[in-house]
Amino acid sequence: MAHTSDLIAEDIDAYLLAHQHKSLLRFLTCGSVDDGKSTLIGRLLYESKMVFEDHLAALEVDSKKVGTQGDELDFALLVDGLGAEREQGITIDVAYRFFSTETRKFIVADTPGHEQYTRNMVTGASTADAAVILVDARYGVLTQTRRHSYLVSLLGIGKVAVAVNKLDLVDYSQDVFDRIEEQYRDVAAGIGLSDVTCIPMSALRGENITARSGHMPWYSGPTLMDYLEGVEVDDDRQAGPFRMPVQWVSRPDLDFRGFAGPIVGGTVRVGDRVRVVPAGTTSTVARIVTLDGDLDAAVAGQSVTLTLADEIDCSRGDVLCAADEPAAAADQFRAHVVWMAEEELRPGRAYLVKVGARTVGASLSGPEFRIDVNTFEQAPGTTLRLNEIGVCDLRLDRAIAFDPYDDNRDMGGFIVLDRLTNATVAAGMLRAPLRRSHNVHWQAVEVDKRAHAALKGHRPYVVWFTGLSGAGKSTIADLVEQQLHALGVHTYLLDGDNVRHGLNSDLGFGNSDRHENIRRVGEVSRLMVDAGLVVLTSFISPFRAERATARALVEPDEFVEVFVDAPLEVAESRDTKGLYAKARRGELPDFTGIDSPYEPPEHPELRIDTTASTPEQAAKAVVDLLRRRGLLDGLEPGPA
Amino acid sequence: MTTLTHLQRLEADSIRIFREAVAESEHPVMLYSVGKDSAVMLHLARKAFFPAKPPFPLLHVDTTWKFREMYKFRDRHVADLGLELLVHRNPEAERLGINPFDHGSSAHTDIWKTEGLKQALDLHGFDAAFGGARRDEEKSRAKERVFSIRSREHRWDPKLQRPELWSVYNVRRNPGESMRVFPLSNWTELDVWQYIHLESIPIVPLYFADKRPVVERDGVLIMVDDERMPLRPDERPELRSVRFRTLGCYPLTGAVESLADTLPAIIQEMLLATTSERQGRAIDHDSSGSMEKKKQEGYF
Repeated sequence: MAHTSDLIAEDIDAYLLAHQHKSLLRFLTCGSVDDGKSTLIGRLLYESKMVFEDHLAALEVDSKKVGTQGDELDFALLVDGLGAEREQGITIDVAYRFFSTETRKFIVADTPGHEQYTRNMVTGASTADAAVILVDARYGVLTQTRRHSYLVSLLGIGKVAVAVNKLDLVDYSQDVFDRIEEQYRDVAAGIGLSDVTCIPMSALRGENITARSGHMPWYSGPTLMDYLEGVEVDDDRQAGPFRMPVQWVSRPDLDFRGFAGPIVGGTVRVGDRVRVVPAGTTSTVARIVTLDGDLDAAVAGQSVTLTLADEIDCSRGDVLCAADEPAAAADQFRAHVVWMAEEELRPGRAYLVKVGARTVGASLSGPEFRIDVNTFEQAPGTTLRLNEIGVCDLRLDRAIAFDPYDDNRDMGGFIVLDRLTNATVAAGMLRAPLRRSHNVHWQAVEVDKRAHAALKGHRPYVVWFTGLSGAGKSTIADLVEQQLHALGVHTYLLDGDNVRHGLNSDLGFGNSDRHENIRRVGEVSRLMVDAGLVVLTSFISPFRAERATARALVEPDEFVEVFVDAPLEVAESRDTKGLYAKARRGELPDFTGIDSPYEPPEHPELRIDTTASTPEQAAKAVVDLLRRRGLLDGLEPGPA
Repeated sequence: MTTLTHLQRLEADSIRIFREAVAESEHPVMLYSVGKDSAVMLHLARKAFFPAKPPFPLLHVDTTWKFREMYKFRDRHVADLGLELLVHRNPEAERLGINPFDHGSSAHTDIWKTEGLKQALDLHGFDAAFGGARRDEEKSRAKERVFSIRSREHRWDPKLQRPELWSVYNVRRNPGESMRVFPLSNWTELDVWQYIHLESIPIVPLYFADKRPVVERDGVLIMVDDERMPLRPDERPELRSVRFRTLGCYPLTGAVESLADTLPAIIQEMLLATTSERQGRAIDHDSSGSMEKKKQEGYF
């Protein structure tokens, strides 16, 4: 790995001293194989002498075997990845490459450029300080160039180099380059990219990469390497107000209580006033503790441990902020959302959202509009599918500290997780809190759930019956309601009969309508619980995800899931409504148990085996469970 | 405006990864291989939790075939720092006497290390394991996540891997799933050496050149570290000044001839070197894409 400096051989100590002060630049490359992206990256690695001889020998062999450059080295092969895609000749994920020069270390996020890989490009862009967008000089600014530029702008990368590649194939024409530059600047201006540098080059021939091209005397700007070494990235983060999300509260002994986290904005000094957001309490920084000794000050980009002068409440997920310029706190936001999962966005469903070190329950609205990444046009839509981008409203189950993404990426960037699979299904950028966020927040006090419940004289909750058609849900739910009513409980039973005819009369029995049916039942149950009622629901509700969503809408101790368990053959043999027979004849598509699955609860509060108990015994088991959980307290005379 | 150096930024990111993983795990553990990457990882772990000690034990998946100096260094260093060390040796491998000479490097590594690691993780119920792998080591690692999810069977399934945006890591797992966490993902070999130099991190003396008994076998210099090594008829161990760029089982680790006995001299040699560090490892030579295969099987 021969770095070019003679200093290595002559005076290694001086070399090391100099190299300890290198800075770091993370950048993203966007383009497709056809644009020469892999060739460009391979060339950067090669010219910064990051390729060992054993790798180079392998490259020579590979170039002859599968290369596209005849007897010449095919630099694209230096950056190939997993075996499968090497054979297919495509890149399917974000790969990270490393090289360094005399002044900088570089981390390259290498992402494929096809439309279906928006997910990967957004991932690569999220950690980049700058972007290199490839344009083929023969074709100029294409749809994909617009797409790449939009995503770069969306993710808040301010510095863009446009690598106008393959100038050798257009006779090194200045006219061609000038025309492309003009086209590009038009596109960039429309999406708010202002710091743009266009560089004519040939990655294949190594022209204007590190060495200047002899064929383009008309170009006096930087080579790509000049650009990468010179671009200013000591971002505005340090200039902004102090922010530190608390990752970890350190309590090695009773005398020490430190708050550990990364500084993601500004500077902190001993003696500074800081505010805990969202709590709002303030204190003073007593010490900045590190293994190398206490510091007087620390800046954005460092990970430290702070101690405070006062004993105040502060835990993982809270954000320590400059006291006079604190982050805002809110629980409802407008946000850009990039969908990253095969399973589409389900508006209203319960997800988790993670911002900084805080994970909270959340639901997303359907998109206000979707954005076509090729035309930048807004389009209506009811959901977001894989690789789609939209503007959605986000409702969290509690307030969090945040800054708009454009002010601070770490304070405004979030991921969305599926509650059941724990997969990362989306990422997004917080733009602004919704005004109603504050309203809801401050108005939600006077007559609240507690007040409603106090008037009823018992606690509100949901008893959610689930099971196959014909399992006996409604029979048991009826009996339970009668017994609760007799005890003076204010109940309401939601079932297919009273919901399907009114509230949900617009819904059919297709898959998405069935999801919507259950979503509305969950929401109505939540409103009724808020009103202080005990709600019994009797729906097949075959999917775990739907039931988890309904459960998440109320407090953890306000949801009792009762699994009315009957084997399919038993339920089918009862077939009180003749539905199974119809389904077997193919007249009822997507019928649960026949051609649509039933996902049994993994941890229901109660499972009733209907082959072993009568409906009366089952109802008694439910009421007994409610009693054991303290949900009937105050309604029955205690033991004499 | 303070410009942080590349090492300061790498350090801060690694510390953040340690804290995030520990905050959201029940039973974290650090895989400790006694090599230079482990040394850097341990140093970063100490920084992440200071003034507390790292809140997890170290786990050495041993093969009984490491260099003697590695065992000596391991026990002394861990004792100096007052940390808990767990050593796991696959009992099945011990019973069968698995070794690289009779069973080949591939079976040796598979049974002692890959199987041994799974056994140890299951035995203790660890749900997060820090490893020292770097993305620059090998092509198949360029796309590895910082937080890599493994199935109940410890397999690496591409479909389980999640996009990683910003530094907002998704650390949640389903019951039975575990995580491998790689705090050194974005470090290069040069970064590691520069950091060891800058921070004066103790490393095994085998990294420094010294006169050691070696034989040249199939073009590779192998150190005769103990009497278990069967010599071929024409082999006579001779003392040569050698050092090691990576450390593993001594019969599988090639030495390089060198006079570099200080860190600056090692870094100088590395910068002027023309072969990659993995070239000295027998494990990569089996076939192209062998690391990729090993990763899927649960090896680091």
